[in-house]
Amino acid sequence: MQTSPYIAEQTSVSIIMLKVLAALVPAIAAYVWLFGPAILVTLTLASITALALEAAAVRLRGWPIKPFLLDGSALVTAWLLALSLPPIAPWWLIVLGTFFAIIVAKHLYGGLGNNLFNPAMVGYAVLIISFPVQMTQWSAPLSLAGAHLDLWQAAQYIFTHTLPDGISLDAISSATPLDTLRTQLQLEHTVREITQLPIFGSIGGSGSEIVVLLFLLGGIYLWLARIITWHIPVAFMAGLWLTGGLFHITDPDRYISPWFHLATGGVMLGAFFIATDPVTGATTPRGKLIFGAGIGVLTYLIRTVGGYPDGVAFAVLLMNIAVPLIDAYTQPKVYGHKKKDAET
Amino acid sequence: MEMEIPGGANESARMSRTLYEFNGGVHPDEHKQVSTSRAIGIAPLPKQIIVPLSQHIGQAAKPLVGVGDQVLKGQRIGQAEGYVSVSVHAPTSGTVTAIAEHTVAHPSGLSDLCVHIAPDGADQWITHAALDYRNMAPSHLRNLLRDMGIAGLGGAVFPSFIKLNPGAAQKVPTLILNGGECEPWISCDDMLMRERAGEILQGAAIMRFMLNSDEVLVGVEDNKPEAIAALRAAAGDCGFPVEIVAVPTIYPGGGAKQLIKVLTDKEVPSGGRSTDIGVATFNVGTAYALHRAVHHGEPLISRIVTVTGNVHRPQNFEVLIGTPVAELVRLAGAVKDDTSGYLMGGPMMGITLASTDVPVVKATNCILAQSPALFPPTPPAMPCIRCTRCAQACPADLQPQELFWFARAKNFGKTQEYKLFDCIECGCCSYVCPSHIPLVQYYRYAKSEIWAREKDKKAADHARDRHEFRQQRIEREKQERAEKLAQRVSTKPATVDSDSPEDAAATAKKAAIQAAIERAKAKKDSVTPKNITDLPPEKLQEIAEIEARRAKIREIAQQPVDE
Repeated sequence: MQTSPYIAEQTSVSIIMLKVLAALVPAIAAYVWLFGPAILVTLTLASITALALEAAAVRLRGWPIKPFLLDGSALVTAWLLALSLPPIAPWWLIVLGTFFAIIVAKHLYGGLGNNLFNPAMVGYAVLIISFPVQMTQWSAPLSLAGAHLDLWQAAQYIFTHTLPDGISLDAISSATPLDTLRTQLQLEHTVREITQLPIFGSIGGSGSEIVVLLFLLGGIYLWLARIITWHIPVAFMAGLWLTGGLFHITDPDRYISPWFHLATGGVMLGAFFIATDPVTGATTPRGKLIFGAGIGVLTYLIRTVGGYPDGVAFAVLLMNIAVPLIDAYTQPKVYGHKKKDAET
Repeated sequence: MEMEIPGGANESARMSRTLYEFNGGVHPDEHKQVSTSRAIGIAPLPKQIIVPLSQHIGQAAKPLVGVGDQVLKGQRIGQAEGYVSVSVHAPTSGTVTAIAEHTVAHPSGLSDLCVHIAPDGADQWITHAALDYRNMAPSHLRNLLRDMGIAGLGGAVFPSFIKLNPGAAQKVPTLILNGGECEPWISCDDMLMRERAGEILQGAAIMRFMLNSDEVLVGVEDNKPEAIAALRAAAGDCGFPVEIVAVPTIYPGGGAKQLIKVLTDKEVPSGGRSTDIGVATFNVGTAYALHRAVHHGEPLISRIVTVTGNVHRPQNFEVLIGTPVAELVRLAGAVKDDTSGYLMGGPMMGITLASTDVPVVKATNCILAQSPALFPPTPPAMPCIRCTRCAQACPADLQPQELFWFARAKNFGKTQEYKLFDCIECGCCSYVCPSHIPLVQYYRYAKSEIWAREKDKKAADHARDRHEFRQQRIEREKQERAEKLAQRVSTKPATVDSDSPEDAAATAKKAAIQAAIERAKAKKDSVTPKNITDLPPEKLQEIAEIEARRAKIREIAQQPVDE
């Protein structure tokens, strides 16, 4: 027999996940416009793989397949992973990353709601550690590329690793601004010299800063739609900006402006879409601030003094470990307990 | 004593009052207008009246009448038993046909002892008169109110005479009348405030006198402009300063703890009472009942009930306590064909009625007929994704997702650490959960398990105490026998002093045992678990109800074995 309450808000996990996907669409559109249609192939492949693996895992658990496929969580994982990978990465890289995300990071930990680590970031981390070469071949912005691939050609390259006659890999690919910065700094160039290179835009990377801006706008939509709270994104960005600013003030030739850090790599996607994953993130308001700030600081340190050009994935995973502890120590005061505590 | 602040100062205070916020809350569809278009109707005498002896928090009343007795309207038929209890009365004149178990409004559809009355149609009152409450010993007045059956009509049905005791401080500075009525569908308080605002304030005047209060506030949600206007009009000539405060409409803003927070920014301490922070809250219906009792000498035998939902003519009725729900539903034009069930109370905290035979009691504020269209079935539950919408909605500032996690894992110690017993079961968490998890059910389950374990533990402690006491007694008797024997022996000459060292040793041993028992007892007393000591009477009642439910289940479980 049902007991109270007898009414419920018209909401569901599916609706939440659909809104998350919708918030990503403008950035994806800009991505296609500025970098070519290859990302659509990557997104589609990751989506199909994720849904198939999710269905298989749910079936093995003996759960009803339909509600768990429709909850949309596998699709969100797939999209977040695909958007973190180079769009012209080979098909097996995408499939492998998705496998680690859905099967290892999510279902081996108990499925939806039970995973300790962000699935998309586990997939990404496995790939960047295992296949660093493939993971650094990014599409060049169309404005800088020597040649453009259409959708069919992109699919052909992703699946068969063959390019149309007359087009070389160098013509369509380039290092990311973060990669470039890292390599150039090792060559003893100053930040001022490096940022003159064409891959750099006005704040972040040429072209990619537009995509990043749209991730930010999508994130603001999620906040307005009350899918996420402001705590994690703001703390993440503040942690990164403040740490970056501190380094920048001490040596502006060696440490680039903190705004550049905000506008490049996985920061905006990470701050609004990845770190805000409710399952693997902190849940209390103060906990979210610590969690977000931790990711921001770690991202900067990994980028600047660590061994990888971008640090969002590792920062998220490291902070995921700390979530139970953060939550346990940041429990808000319960009604009726505040006064008493103040007195004692 | 009757020094009044001039109305002008009062007026400006009303304008400048700062309101505060409690955390969370939800905005379900109100559905209140459907039952407010018609004035309060007076329900006719029902053919049969069934008056449960336990309608309030605390102990059931003791029946005062026998089968075949003629009773008059307002005659006491059940006497308050114990401290937390009030009397019950015959709602009309007639004959007692039975004193027997009858299905009552209860979450598990249990029966309870009820006085069945066949009305004689004369509706003849006992002799009754107004009370000269200002010239009465306060304790005598409170006892009279207990004997007139006055209890909180907001839902908890807590005996009012207890709350009207100003205690050692001789004063409760702030008196709040609760006209929040935040639950969807219910409009009985709204209609009472619209139509009988003056009487409500007269009730408040009595409360103010009894509690020696400095300020009187009436909190009404701002979705009831007519009620607010009626109260403000009545406040002008009620003879004492009172502020009618429009509070934001947000469920559960009509919860006593939440209303106190909104009006005063104070929080009722966990496990405590509002009087601990100098605030007393009463439902507006209770104030009206108090007015009827004191100024007219009428015990609590009727109340306003909203009959709404899937009925043809939703309306509020003034109903005699003990009227079967079926009669009320008929008054509201009967239910539509697709009716799937009935709730007593609102959709957020109400209970399912096992049948429409159950009688209206003092707690019955609403009868809500359900249909699949009005109350669509909840989709199957999905796993918790820790989105914390529940925490954002929780008016008690709890972390429902953690409580759920621990309750599901039967980790009851952790649920208490996360303050399970501060949960008011308002249902906001379940309401907003995108995974459709019946969170409140998990909390009720955890609470009942904790109470049951605590009871078992007490029983075990009791058994151990008895065992220890028995051992001690056996030891003592053995020793006494030995002493007697020794005396008998010692009366014989020549065997002196031989066993005195043994005696000393036995006495020392006895003292050591006694000391150890006392130490153990002291230790046990000091480690009683958190949150379940010093329970208020409501909780004790709740525990008792859960126990009854469990006993019933056990009984049912054993039946096939017995046969």
